Amino acid sequence: MSSLARNLFRTLGGAALLAAPTVALAAGDLGGQAEQQPTNWTAIIMFAVFVIGTLFITKWAAARTKSAADFYTAGGGITGFQNGLAIAGDYMSAASFLGISAAVMASGFDGLIYSIGFLVGWPVITFLMAERLRNLGKFTFADVAAFRFAQTPVRIFAASGTLVVVAFYLIAQMVGAGQLIKLLFGLEYWIAVVIVGALMMIYVLFGGMTATTWVQIIKACLLLGGASFMAFMVMWNYGFSPERLFASAVDVKAGIASAGGAAPEQARQSGLSIMAPGNFITDPISAISFGMALMFGTAGLPHILMRFFTVPSAKEARKSVMWATGWIGYFYLLTFIIGFGAITFVLTDPSFLDPRGGLIGGSNMAAVHLAHAVGGNIFLGFISAVAFATILAVVAGLTLSGASAVSHDIYSTILKDGKADSASELRVSRITTVALGILAVALGIAFEKQNIAFMVSLAFAIAASANFPVLFLSILWKDTTTWGAVIGGFLGLISSVVLTVLSPSVWEATLGYAKGSAPFPYTSPALFSMTIGFVGIWLFSVLDRSRRAQIDRDGFLAQQVRSETGIGAAKASSH
Amino acid sequence: MDTSVAERVAANPTYQSLKATRSRFSWTLTIAILIVYYGFILLIAFGKNLLATPLGDGVTTLGIPVGFGVIIFTIVITAVYVRRANGEFDALSETVKREVLQ
Repeated sequence: MSSLARNLFRTLGGAALLAAPTVALAAGDLGGQAEQQPTNWTAIIMFAVFVIGTLFITKWAAARTKSAADFYTAGGGITGFQNGLAIAGDYMSAASFLGISAAVMASGFDGLIYSIGFLVGWPVITFLMAERLRNLGKFTFADVAAFRFAQTPVRIFAASGTLVVVAFYLIAQMVGAGQLIKLLFGLEYWIAVVIVGALMMIYVLFGGMTATTWVQIIKACLLLGGASFMAFMVMWNYGFSPERLFASAVDVKAGIASAGGAAPEQARQSGLSIMAPGNFITDPISAISFGMALMFGTAGLPHILMRFFTVPSAKEARKSVMWATGWIGYFYLLTFIIGFGAITFVLTDPSFLDPRGGLIGGSNMAAVHLAHAVGGNIFLGFISAVAFATILAVVAGLTLSGASAVSHDIYSTILKDGKADSASELRVSRITTVALGILAVALGIAFEKQNIAFMVSLAFAIAASANFPVLFLSILWKDTTTWGAVIGGFLGLISSVVLTVLSPSVWEATLGYAKGSAPFPYTSPALFSMTIGFVGIWLFSVLDRSRRAQIDRDGFLAQQVRSETGIGAAKASSH
Repeated sequence: MDTSVAERVAANPTYQSLKATRSRFSWTLTIAILIVYYGFILLIAFGKNLLATPLGDGVTTLGIPVGFGVIIFTIVITAVYVRRANGEFDALSETVKREVLQ
């Protein structure tokens, strides 16, 4: 992959986006950290309003969070439409918003390729997983993965898969949050990280899934509303003609190239390059591998899967994915327009540019500067507050999912043999929430100066290579056995981590070995580690001659009947 | 659910036809989205010039409608599945429950 594509990967890599490498995108500046901005009071006041509002919701939710079921699934009383918005709120990170619009501003069409990768996992979830998850599961995806297997080994695997994915995703979000808030609000990095950690703990600790869901819904509405307004203003300026917007963007890019000393014909070509695929794919294997990580990783993210247990039926579960897919797809169309808007409004306005022609604050500021350009100071404050709210919604979902893996899978099912009472299970999930919150803040501060851009891609790769194959085969393949699932799942997990460490994004960018020395040359391990996961499950299931294996295979019929019809499911969720 | 209920459901002809129809439908759609997405990736890898072809006299290229098309397709194909599953398949599933459990 070209270095541009690699940088873009990092950009999309997640909130990590907000960290160093992205800054390099437009500005061509490889220097790292986000620059601290003057304290932005409008943004802080708007954010304070959001926080106060969500704390009231948390207070209301706390009164309704009495049992473990309330804590994990909001009592199962969320409607499909609400859950669809909450899923969108859980999934659309500040990374997607700022990172993708920045990528579009930098290279036009290539930015769209990323958006599409982040969207195409949703139909797969809809067709193969959503309703079956709802019919089989109760609180966590381990309920589904372990449905007909020996509980202890499969739960240990599923809890590991959950915690590892959550950890990488959470670190990326925390570091991103610190960088972003330093940038937008002018606060110190560590203060920003502590604020995010504290608020997230309050939401989850007291309000559980109910508060988390409403924080995600409100955030989704604010983000979609803000992005719609920006895209509307951009299009309005061009008489709602995409061609006029594109033509103007091409002129701006050609002008920049020409100012950089390019001959007129060359400059024109450079301008037109934003209208077609550029350097994204020089290496099809990396592209396909990364595409697989995004597509199947989405279907293996524990905090997303958990959302399917908050609705009362399979019908509502399907409606949730339909709404989620619609909102997320719409959002990515908006970010494309916003990215082009940033070319024509931001790159042409010297007040947003530093002396070298880069964006003030780094290239991730594309959408933020555009907010200023189309909506003035107040709207700038609004979008900054929304970006902060976005991070809170995502980290709350992650923490809840990590806490449930510990309290439901490890404590209640393994240690207490499924006999833990609701009150003690609830207590363990709250203790875990506090522990995860403190850990997240500590890691967020520890990783401040590290190049952690690979972490979100890694989280997707692990989800695709470990969680997804185990879930998929346990639901659909009769002959999967306990040991097949556990060994294959761990092979997928370990291989995705090892190959990522050996890939350029860690080996060269983080560990600092010479360029080109990475033993694993591709950007994403998913093509290989997913294969290892699937083949491992198949092989060790086929070889499994234990007595348990027979029970596992015999259990398939009852599981299948329940996953297809929901018979027995309503009772299981005790709603 | 005890095993005897599961066996009775599994033997029910309505259930068998529901399972077969839904499985065929969901796999067809899954293959469709895989073809569209990986087709798009391969087109970017090997057909850059095609995607860079301008539409008419302007700067808008074929890549724009194709890219937006993939997004719209993703949303529409999801809605198509959900519509059929929430109507036809759920009705069949209710029939199975009525036939077996009563």
